[in-house]
Amino acid sequence: MSATLKRSTNATLEVEGLRVSFGGMEAVRGIDLSVERGETHCLVGESGCGKSASALAIMGLLPGGARRSVRRLGFAGDEIGKLSERRMARLRGDRIGMIFQDPMTSLNPAYTIGSQMTEVLRRHRGLARDKAAERAVAMLDRVGVTAPGMRLGQFPHQLSGGLRQRVMIAMALLCEPTLLIADEPTTALDVTVQAQTLRLLAELQRELGLAVLLITHDLGVVARVAHRVSVMYAGEIVEQATTEALFAAPTHPYTRGLLDAIPVPGKVRRGDKLGSIPGIVPRIPAGFVGCAFRDRCAFAEPVCASNIPPQFASPDHAYRCRMAPDWWRATA
Amino acid sequence: MAELIAAANLTKHYPTSRTTRQMLRGERPVVRAVDGIDLVIQRGESVGLVGESGSGKTTVGRLLLKLTEASGGTLNFDGAAVSGLSGDSLRRFRQQAQLVFQNPFDSVNPRFTIRRAVAEPLINTGVPRAERDGRIAEAMRLVHLGDFHRYADKHPSELSGGQLQRVVLARALVGRPSFLVADEPVSMLDVSVRAGILNLMRELRDRLGLTALYISHDLTLVRYVCERTLVMYLGRIVEDGPTSEVISRPAHPYTQALIKAVPRPRTDQSREDLPISGGLANAVSPPSGCRLRDRCPYAFARCAQEVPALLEVAPGHRAACHLTSPANAAAA
Repeated sequence: MSATLKRSTNATLEVEGLRVSFGGMEAVRGIDLSVERGETHCLVGESGCGKSASALAIMGLLPGGARRSVRRLGFAGDEIGKLSERRMARLRGDRIGMIFQDPMTSLNPAYTIGSQMTEVLRRHRGLARDKAAERAVAMLDRVGVTAPGMRLGQFPHQLSGGLRQRVMIAMALLCEPTLLIADEPTTALDVTVQAQTLRLLAELQRELGLAVLLITHDLGVVARVAHRVSVMYAGEIVEQATTEALFAAPTHPYTRGLLDAIPVPGKVRRGDKLGSIPGIVPRIPAGFVGCAFRDRCAFAEPVCASNIPPQFASPDHAYRCRMAPDWWRATA
Repeated sequence: MAELIAAANLTKHYPTSRTTRQMLRGERPVVRAVDGIDLVIQRGESVGLVGESGSGKTTVGRLLLKLTEASGGTLNFDGAAVSGLSGDSLRRFRQQAQLVFQNPFDSVNPRFTIRRAVAEPLINTGVPRAERDGRIAEAMRLVHLGDFHRYADKHPSELSGGQLQRVVLARALVGRPSFLVADEPVSMLDVSVRAGILNLMRELRDRLGLTALYISHDLTLVRYVCERTLVMYLGRIVEDGPTSEVISRPAHPYTQALIKAVPRPRTDQSREDLPISGGLANAVSPPSGCRLRDRCPYAFARCAQEVPALLEVAPGHRAACHLTSPANAAAA
C-alpha cells in the first residue's frame, strides 16, 4: 500500500514494494510495511494469501524457483535487499531471530536441545562450548523452561509442545536480535499454552525492545498482541491500521468477512448463522489488474476490475477498496 | 428421552515403558488416558467434549466408537453392551456410529475419486451396487456439494480444504448413522471456511436428528453447535452442563482458564495471566486428590486428600471441585 502510514523515522524493518512469484503465479504483489523498535506488527490472512511467502522473502529464505523483487528492504538503517546469501546467513539467527509454526519440524530430532542451542552461539558469536552452554541455560530459564540444565541433554521428542515452542523462542533470542519474525508461533499449541506463550513474547519484547513481525491467521491473537495490523489477501495488503483503528472500524469487505466468521461468546448466539466467505483464495497470474477479492465480494461492481487505489479511513488506517470509509455503517 | 449412549466408570489405561527398577519390582506403569468417567448421551443430543491435548478427549471418542477396547467400566450403545458386539451386530454398530476426522487431507485416500471415497462405507456394509450412486448423491446433497457429478470423478487434490471436509462428512453420513463423533472437525481449516462447516454441522443436527459428540480444544466452537458441554482434565470429567451455562458461569477453575485463554478479536480483552499455570500433569502418576491442584491457584489441603466428585452446582450443571461442593461452598 504505497505512500500510506509512513512513520518510518527509525523503523527496524522497512519493506517497500516486495514481490514474490512462483512460475507464472504471483504470491506477493507489492507490499509495504514497517516494524518499529518495541512494536508488534501482525500480518494476518488465510492460508495461501502470501503471508509466509512475505516472511521468507524478507529473510531471504525463499525456496528455489521463487523470484523476489523489492524496491527497498531496510533493516536497522541498512539496505539488505542486495546482500549476498553469505551475508544474509550471518544476519539470520543473529540480529534477525526466527520462530516457525511447528517446533517439531524446525528442531532437529537427532540432536539434543543443548547442541542445537549452543551451535547458534558458537557459529554467530564464536563462543566456547561451556560459555555457550551457560548462556543457553540462562536463556531457557528466562523463557520459563523448568530445570533448564537438564533440558540441554534432552531431545526434542522428550519435550511437550509448549516446552518445545519455548525452546524455539529461547533459540531465536540467544544472540539478542533486534528483529524477530514469528510465523504462526502458537498455532500448533493448546489455547492455554498459547496464552502463556503470547504473554511471554510480549514480556520479552518489552524487555529487549524487540521489533516483532508476527504472522497469524487468528484475529483473536492479533487483537491480543499487535500494535499494528496488515490484512493480506491474495498477495496484497488490503487493509493496514493500528490495532485499535482496525477493530473499531474494519473497512475492507474481506476483513469484515473474516471477523464475521469467528464465533465470539456474547456476540454470536446459538441459533445465529456464522458468516462465511464463499469460494477460495484465487491464484493470481502475472499482469492481474483490479481487486483480487471481487469474485468473493458481495459488493463487487464492474469498477472493481480496474486498478483500485488505497484510501484512508483515518490518518492511521488505510484500505484498498472502492467503497467510502464509512460504507459499512449503513449496512451494520 | 431415550439414552443412546451410557457409560459408567469407563476407563482406558495404556501400558507405558518401564524403567529397570520398575521391571524388577514387577510394576506395570500405565498412562491413565481415561480414568473412570460416567457419561450419558440422549438420542438427538449434541454434546461437546473440551480439554487440552492430553486430557483424554480423543480417547473417549475412540472408546465410544469401539476403535479401542476399554480397560474397565461399562459402555452401552442403544441398550446393548458395546464390548459384547461381534460379527453382524458389530457390523451394524459400525454403520450406526461414525467418525469425522480432523484432517481432511490425511483421511481421504489421494488415489480414490470422490465417488469411490464416499462409497467406502456402502461397500463395507454390502449395499448393492445399484443403490450406491443414489445414496452417494443423497449424502453429497446433505453437505451442499449438490452438484454431485461435478465432484464425483475428481481426486482429493483437486478440492479445497473446505470441500474436502464436506466430502469427509458425506462419507460419514452415507451409511445413515445415528451417532457421529467429530474430532476437531474444523481445526485444520481457515476461519472463513470453518464457519461454513460449523453452519453445516448444525444444520445436519437439526435436519437428521443426529446424536453427536464434538471433540475440540476450543470452547467457543463447541458453544456454536452443542447444547451440552463436558470439560475433561487428565482423564476425568471436571464439568458438565448446558453449554451456555458452562461458558457464562464456569464452575471449575480449569474451565474458567480455558475460556479466558481463547483470544477474542477485540481490543478490550483482558491480557492478564491465566488463572492456572504450567502444563498438564503427568498422566502416569497424576497428583493425588484433585488432578488440577498443582496448577490451581485456589488449591487447599482437602484437594490433595480427596478426589472431588462431580456434584450439581445448578440444575443440570455439575462440577468436580471442592470449592463448589456443598461442604466448602460456605467457606469459599
